[in-house]
Amino acid sequence: MSSAFKPEVTAFCCRYAVYSFAEDMEALARAGFPDGVKVEQISCSGRVDVVRLLKALENGADGVYVVGCEEEKCHNMAGSQRAKKRVEYIKDVLSQLGMEPERVEMFFMPRGDEARFIEMAREMTGKVMALGPSPLRGR
Amino acid sequence: MIVAERKPIKEIISMISGLRKILVLGCKGCVTVCSAGGEREVEILAAIIRMDRKKKGEPVEVVERTLVRQCDPEYLDLLSDTIGQFDAVLSMACGVGVNFLADRYPKTVVLPALNTKFYGVAEEQGVWSERCAGCGDCILDRTGGLCPVARCSKGLFNGPCGGSVNGKCEINPDIPCVWQLIYDRLKDLNQLDKLDEILPAKDWGVSPHGGPRKIVREDLKI
Repeated sequence: MSSAFKPEVTAFCCRYAVYSFAEDMEALARAGFPDGVKVEQISCSGRVDVVRLLKALENGADGVYVVGCEEEKCHNMAGSQRAKKRVEYIKDVLSQLGMEPERVEMFFMPRGDEARFIEMAREMTGKVMALGPSPLRGR
Repeated sequence: MIVAERKPIKEIISMISGLRKILVLGCKGCVTVCSAGGEREVEILAAIIRMDRKKKGEPVEVVERTLVRQCDPEYLDLLSDTIGQFDAVLSMACGVGVNFLADRYPKTVVLPALNTKFYGVAEEQGVWSERCAGCGDCILDRTGGLCPVARCSKGLFNGPCGGSVNGKCEINPDIPCVWQLIYDRLKDLNQLDKLDEILPAKDWGVSPHGGPRKIVREDLKI
């Protein structure tokens, strides 16, 4: 793996969980949010569908993750549980394609927990860094 | 409805190996309702195929289209102008649609993306189960509307076998014994006397065992 590898990661995030801090990405970066993570806010993590996750990977993202409310405390009842199942579906697809299922992950967080949000992004970036570039990147 | 599920990705990838231009063709009928081969599933499968080819560095053009149905000629005819440009059509219809496509377009390679399973119901979201076997000679008036052909593991016609235990089937304890269900239902309906009548040996000649079947309705023909 090239030492110059800079992971490109897309995070689909429940707006309800992250809106209190994710509007100001510069401040988030100053607080330690890693470079290379593109944040896409969605109305509920349950809104993220399989096609959207697949297309992010198809377009060359090295990793994709979804951030939703805590499983039992989802603002929309079962949104984050639905998102979790879609992430599991994508993991299975990646396995069947001979790709690392760890390139997609589901995270849960309490509403407004900025420190945890940054921690998750670092965790995902580190994981993708270890995996190396997506085999779909640049193709 | 006809219930189906997508084949394993590896099997699909294998059957389209080497093909450059593929039409992934969905159906808005039963397979849309059971989330196996509708517009959404077409979009997903097309993305998966493109990802596989990208990974391998092999070019592919995947066109996505979903017809109202693949079991009626007027919808399949909509493909006549364009179908010739594809190396293959990967149909996400049930086996009926795949067959009909192959019948209508003899020079086109037609491949199935689904395994067609049964005639069934949605018990709840994400759970389907069989209710009818299409045996061609319905006896549901005798059995309280519950079918021993489709729902008894042994297809028994006159009461349960010795393997019915606590209302469950000995073949699979997750399956209710349909003869227990029939008994309970007829009892509730005060129709237990129906069970006094022995059902005669069934004419399987009108089932799939009798060969491919056909219905001709002269009153509807044009």
